[in-house]
Amino acid sequence: MNRKTWNPYIAGALAGLLLVLSVWIAGKFLGASTTFSRSAAVIEETVGIDTSKFEYFTTKKGKYGPASLPNWQLLFVIGIIVGSFISASLSKTFKVVKVPPMWAERFGSSPLKRGVAAFLGGAIALIGVRLAGGCPSGHGLSGLSQLAVSGFIALTFFFLAGLITARLVYNNRRK
Amino acid sequence: MSLMYGLATGILFGILLQKAEVLRFDKQVGALRLMDMTIFKFMLSAIAVGAVGVYLLKDLGLINLSIKGTSIGAQVLGGTLFGIGWAILGYCPGTAGGALGEGRIDAIWGILGMLFGGGIYALAYPFFKANVIGIGNFGKITLPQILGINHWIIVVMFVAFIIFMFGFFEKKGL
Repeated sequence: MNRKTWNPYIAGALAGLLLVLSVWIAGKFLGASTTFSRSAAVIEETVGIDTSKFEYFTTKKGKYGPASLPNWQLLFVIGIIVGSFISASLSKTFKVVKVPPMWAERFGSSPLKRGVAAFLGGAIALIGVRLAGGCPSGHGLSGLSQLAVSGFIALTFFFLAGLITARLVYNNRRK
Repeated sequence: MSLMYGLATGILFGILLQKAEVLRFDKQVGALRLMDMTIFKFMLSAIAVGAVGVYLLKDLGLINLSIKGTSIGAQVLGGTLFGIGWAILGYCPGTAGGALGEGRIDAIWGILGMLFGGGIYALAYPFFKANVIGIGNFGKITLPQILGINHWIIVVMFVAFIIFMFGFFEKKGL
């Protein structure tokens, strides 16, 4: 636990084992993105917006509505924050970074510029991922482990669009 | 109990993601720039183990699959939008929180953006439902089902392909 990094093949294999155990013991495949839709519904309710007006929040017996929280996946997403913090603290790799180095190299070290881009990128990513029906955890790890056709299509387009966008945005200059 | 399982699974997953350094912007965007394959190594390794384990437990009757429906319209357009947003944000829904956990505070803006996106998607859902989700909607299908062959043949081929990719990454020093 004190080692700074683990071989990604081994850490990945352990993550695969964790997925299998989670399905076996708790009956849950890994996924994360729906939590953002559900949390948005809870926030809207909190500030006084009636989410029952939105079809998405009432469809499938309120699967995505405000009453669906708390649930397994919300705690899973919170657990990732906790686990990462524990791991980073024990190995002394916790480091406050306002702007990622690769971003700074291309766009400068302004946290405001990075913040605006991260917000917009996050919004586009979540709209896309909810339309697609899952993220790299839900469609990727869980979907491909089950050989789901939806997972293969989604992952192909995640990476194709990601590759093209990265090439355009970061100009693909190598160090 | 379900909540406790969720928390415990998340903590273990967070530790693995942090240890493999896959939470970092530079690793995620580095992969999309084809400079550093760390996240692909982690992900494909997890999928290979997951596929063997999931189909083994399924054949033993211990678990049920949970397949997401195939809609070509939704997965092509949604996948494309996600890819664009992901390349800019440099984190995904599962890793943004983890990035925050190791001190990458720009992830907060990504998380807020994703919550905002969640609200926008709910607003736009009737449009997507009417115009996109119905395109090429084949329901909950798997590769072995549509090819009509035993799932273990596909699992073995898939795992062999993943191992071949690992060999390629190592040969190229990615």
